[in-house]
Amino acid sequence: MKKECENCQILKNIKNYTKIDYTIALVGNPNVGKSTLFNYLTGMNVRVGNWPGKTVSKIEGFFEFKTPDNKYVFKIIDLPGVYSIFSFTPEEEVTRNFLFLGSYDIALIVLDATNLEKNLILVFQTFDITSKVILALNLIDEAKRKGIIIDIEKLESKLKVPIIPIIASTGYNTNLLIYKALEIIQGKITITPAKYTQPPELEQIIEELKQEILEYYPELQNHPAIKWIILRILEGDKFIIEMIRKKAIKISSSQNIKTKSPDLLII
Amino acid sequence: MGKNFEDIIKKAENYRVKYNNTFRDKIIEDMHQQISTILADVIQYKETNDLLGKIEKYVDLFLTSRIGGILVLTIMLSTVLWITLSGAGYISSLLGSFFEYIESGLRKFFDFLKIPELLTSFLIDGVYKSVAIVVAVMLPPMTIFFPLFTFLEDLGLLPRIALNMDKIFKSVGAHGNQSLTMMVGFGCNAAGVVSTRIIKSPKERLIAILTNNFMPCNGRWPLLIMISTVFLAPLVASNSNPLVGSIIASTALVLSVFIGLVFTLIISLGLSKFLKSLGSFYILEIPPFRKPNLLRIIYTSIIDRTVFVLARAVYMAIPAGIFVWIINHLNLSKTITNILDPFGKLFGLDGTIILSYIIALPANEVVIPALLMLYTNSKNFVEIEQLQSIYQILTVYGNWDWKTGICVMLFSILHNPCTTTILTIYKETQSLKWTIIATILPLVTAFSTLFIVYNFLLKHL
Repeated sequence: MKKECENCQILKNIKNYTKIDYTIALVGNPNVGKSTLFNYLTGMNVRVGNWPGKTVSKIEGFFEFKTPDNKYVFKIIDLPGVYSIFSFTPEEEVTRNFLFLGSYDIALIVLDATNLEKNLILVFQTFDITSKVILALNLIDEAKRKGIIIDIEKLESKLKVPIIPIIASTGYNTNLLIYKALEIIQGKITITPAKYTQPPELEQIIEELKQEILEYYPELQNHPAIKWIILRILEGDKFIIEMIRKKAIKISSSQNIKTKSPDLLII
Repeated sequence: MGKNFEDIIKKAENYRVKYNNTFRDKIIEDMHQQISTILADVIQYKETNDLLGKIEKYVDLFLTSRIGGILVLTIMLSTVLWITLSGAGYISSLLGSFFEYIESGLRKFFDFLKIPELLTSFLIDGVYKSVAIVVAVMLPPMTIFFPLFTFLEDLGLLPRIALNMDKIFKSVGAHGNQSLTMMVGFGCNAAGVVSTRIIKSPKERLIAILTNNFMPCNGRWPLLIMISTVFLAPLVASNSNPLVGSIIASTALVLSVFIGLVFTLIISLGLSKFLKSLGSFYILEIPPFRKPNLLRIIYTSIIDRTVFVLARAVYMAIPAGIFVWIINHLNLSKTITNILDPFGKLFGLDGTIILSYIIALPANEVVIPALLMLYTNSKNFVEIEQLQSIYQILTVYGNWDWKTGICVMLFSILHNPCTTTILTIYKETQSLKWTIIATILPLVTAFSTLFIVYNFLLKHL
């Protein structure tokens, strides 16, 4: 495993960085190596705080990435590790709300190759909310050792999202990962993540409600998470219902909004 | 328009009622099925000659078995505590002399500036010394305990033990991970309270916060060890037989932890009935065995746990130091202990013990120094290493006997959390109500238990 992220550069003094080109939201189950990847990229050069009003740690770091003709400063936000985003726990709520309302350019989902089944729920739930996604298949060395063989191309064709096998602890293939992420962010690759299918009767109800909601709030027409929003309304999610009632959803949220200043941090 | 929206919500609600609120279950079920279909097509399993994997499996089986887990847990925890307590005394005395050195420098400096003597005494004897003593007694055990503990945690050992304990804790409505937060509590209850963040479910987390205090922290161990060694061990073994004595003393210590555990479980059960409305949901997962990351261990144990607890402790030590200085300068301590005496006597304690605990609010570590200060009528905290000399002071000046020893021991395990922990509970729960409950609940438990034990049992022996 020699190949490491040779184009990544750890930023020594993060205070001097006011210019951030792109923001990555790091998503994943607990214990999949999310923080290992985070530490690898940022060199533990991090800011730790709490999410507003929550006793959930907010961790973010910065790194620089060089391409042949440019270099970019990335901010990376380590979202709390969760199994799903049904929003039972404070962690799930933080992750869900950030994915839905936060500003980021891409959601990087870290997967545990030795335990894919448990990981994919979060993957599909994230697909529901945003289409700017990339998957990092971590611990492929361990999977190989355990005799688990994953046909990555096939999985890619089923999920319709780029999957990069990595080893976060050594940094193996992280270069390719960030490069691919950059291509997605810059729109060089367009992605339409696979959606799981609902039972037909539910599908019908969703469609019916969707038409009515769009009548009330037409700006949601092209929102990537429209179906997800309808499902939340169907479930009686007070927070989301309130946001729709107030028409408070930023239409371009989670899509290409660049965070120019890191001042909004709670430290 | 607005009315239109309410209609949509109403409609959604009707659908929800019609389907009996089962949308989510249906979706999850469907999702699982689709995931299985996808993965069946993508993943293949191959037999491997993976020796490491096999060893891992057997180690896992052993650790998650009831006997293996509890055995490993007991050995590990006693080793960690033993290393902590034997190493801490040494570093503490080093730190102590360092602070004394600074103190003499400060005095010279104040003298040079011609600062009035009363103010010098207030700043140095009151503020500086109390901060110095809190740092000197709290810092060393934490810098030893937390890296060791974090190492075990990082290794993946502790989560397996939590799984083992889950059954016991579940039966009282608590979370298996509470056993981990309780172990952190052995190091420091404030850190224990912070560590309850690993419990995601709100109800179980609150239970873990409110009961963490029943685990004796580093600051309470010296007192518990002192009492079991010089008051309880001689009851059974004569002083000439040190081996039997130390066995009795250790048994008494284990017993005191056990009492703390029993109270934790009882109070947890009560709370879980009371907190039903908070809702609960959790998954307990075993992480893979990992090669511990030294940097991370140092970071978590030193920054997250030690420094942060110490900062709060110092913050709380200042007012306490001022309080001690004032009562000593106005010679109030005798008056206060006399007032408190009849109250203390109800519970097999005395006024001096109660006042010592009031003085020691910021850190349990200073209970013994405060007791010695009050009994010997000194102006400052008295630190004595030899247990026998402490024994003499307590028995001669304080009329202690083994019954007092047992009462103080029980009080030490059950009484209110230190102010550092209280502050931490407030920060974590963001609720004044729960902070007050977390303070009052153990105090009531301590006094009522002592009242019963002393008046109905010890008094008649």
